[in-house]
Amino acid sequence: MSSAVIDQAGEKVTALNLRRRPRKTPWATVLVLVLPFVVVYCIFLIYPTARVIMLSFTNADIAGRGHFIGTENYVHLAKDTLFWASLWHTVYFILLSVVPNTAVGLVFALMIVRLHRLRGLVMALMFLPYILPVSVVTDIWLWVLSAAYGIINFLFHLKVNWFQDPIWAMPSVAFVTIWWTVGFNILMFIAGLQAIPAEYYEAASLDGASRGFQVFRYFTWPLLWPVTSLVLVLQLILQWQIFNQVYLLTNGGPFNSTIVVLMHMYIQAFTRYRGGYASTISIALFVLILVTSILQLRLLRFRRGE
Amino acid sequence: MRARRTSITSILITVISLAVAVVWIFPLYWAVNTSLTVDTKTVQVPPSWFPTPLIFDAYVYVIKNTMIIRWYFNTVIDSLAVTVAVLFLALMWSYALSQIKFRGSRFVFMAILAGLMIPWATNVVPLFMFMNQLRLVNSYWGVILPQLAAPPAVVTAVVYKRFFDQMPQELSDAAHMDGAGEMRILFRLFFPLNTGITWALAITMFVYVWNNFFWPFIVINSTPMMTIPIGITQVQSWYGIAYSRQMASAVLAALPTVILYLIFQRRVAEGVAITSGIR
Repeated sequence: MSSAVIDQAGEKVTALNLRRRPRKTPWATVLVLVLPFVVVYCIFLIYPTARVIMLSFTNADIAGRGHFIGTENYVHLAKDTLFWASLWHTVYFILLSVVPNTAVGLVFALMIVRLHRLRGLVMALMFLPYILPVSVVTDIWLWVLSAAYGIINFLFHLKVNWFQDPIWAMPSVAFVTIWWTVGFNILMFIAGLQAIPAEYYEAASLDGASRGFQVFRYFTWPLLWPVTSLVLVLQLILQWQIFNQVYLLTNGGPFNSTIVVLMHMYIQAFTRYRGGYASTISIALFVLILVTSILQLRLLRFRRGE
Repeated sequence: MRARRTSITSILITVISLAVAVVWIFPLYWAVNTSLTVDTKTVQVPPSWFPTPLIFDAYVYVIKNTMIIRWYFNTVIDSLAVTVAVLFLALMWSYALSQIKFRGSRFVFMAILAGLMIPWATNVVPLFMFMNQLRLVNSYWGVILPQLAAPPAVVTAVVYKRFFDQMPQELSDAAHMDGAGEMRILFRLFFPLNTGITWALAITMFVYVWNNFFWPFIVINSTPMMTIPIGITQVQSWYGIAYSRQMASAVLAALPTVILYLIFQRRVAEGVAITSGIR
């Protein structure tokens, strides 16, 4: 009892003298503050991740009932032609969306930063689609690109059935995705461009880089590279998980030509009730995302170090 | 000579940007135009560029004949619940990790950060089974609980910690000397001093939950429990093909987030920049 009083007094004195002396860890407070989030995180993120791994080795239905069947699901996955087709469709979608979306975002950002009074307005208009729910975006584009009554077909005297034509379906989905999300990329690039100090440009013009393109090539582009690589990585991780736009615009058609990996997983889980096999597809997707984003980070960092 | 050339380029850039922006936003105008046109006229050739006469029938029809009011209510409940809960959990967690020195704090931080590597969509099968076991499919809790650990929730916690790390050490030292407890310092000092970042994070989280499609689509299949983004995908089968009604429901569904954006434009932009790691 008495030692506690001395302790307290001692601590008070040192707190006045040596301000940085570490205080005794108040464990009760720490637990009250840290535990709620950690518990929620473990229950709703760690536990499902662990369970999806276990499920991938079972023949569970969608209620989770089933038993261990070893690597049977993985063997089946390797022979599942629809899985390989869905994988190719996803890669095709990524090719059609990630780099074009980044390029369009960069070009718009370069234009917008040179505006003065209209900057806010143009930025707001370009960003507006990004905050719409995906189903609103697809509703609008299903109407605008409708084969019979769509305004685009009318204006350009076309008869293309954009979302049901085997050639146009995936490019159309990619285009709608770019329309919807490019505002995000523009915002990122504008933030990046504004972080480049004005002195760099003055130095550039002193060095004789007078033409706009030269300034871009030798100053803006390398200085902006960290932002560009961030934009690319974020999009790649996101677009591997493409589902919503495809489901709502083409529903995987025509003739399964736009079925993507997550949609294959969804169909196996929620219409065929194969929880185990759907988990195996999830694991495959998880690994693909992990490997490609690590590879991409490595590659982009290498470029930066040049 | 040089000055004149740059002014011509800047005029050119202004004109091009404006034109691109107008073309970019045209589909939204077209949706509004169609929603205000009488249905028989939406498919006429040539189409009319302005809604004359202005007809609100489609909106009246959608509000009267679908459950859209109920869907608004559901979406408000889900989004508010997730946003408030996540901010509260993240605030407490990040304060402790940033301001209190304790063993294992670094491990807790790294473990949570590593969770950002998990693509959330690949977890929906076990999450659905889990919610099913708890009898939470088709309920508010079923939509709300799993989203408490969605990527933006984790990002919220990490961003809070970064901002708390930047607070001057002298501030909490002074408060401690005045005899304030950790809880008091958190809610009376750190929270009020970071309202700007709280607003940006809250709006980002709210819009994420409001617009989230995949999870509510999986966990809800009863029409009265749907959120707005899921609900409006149902209406097509209710009307048959009626473009003005389809567009009216799309416009009604878009309205809340559009209004939120127009009011909080700066905060939304700030939220995007902060949560994506650019600032």
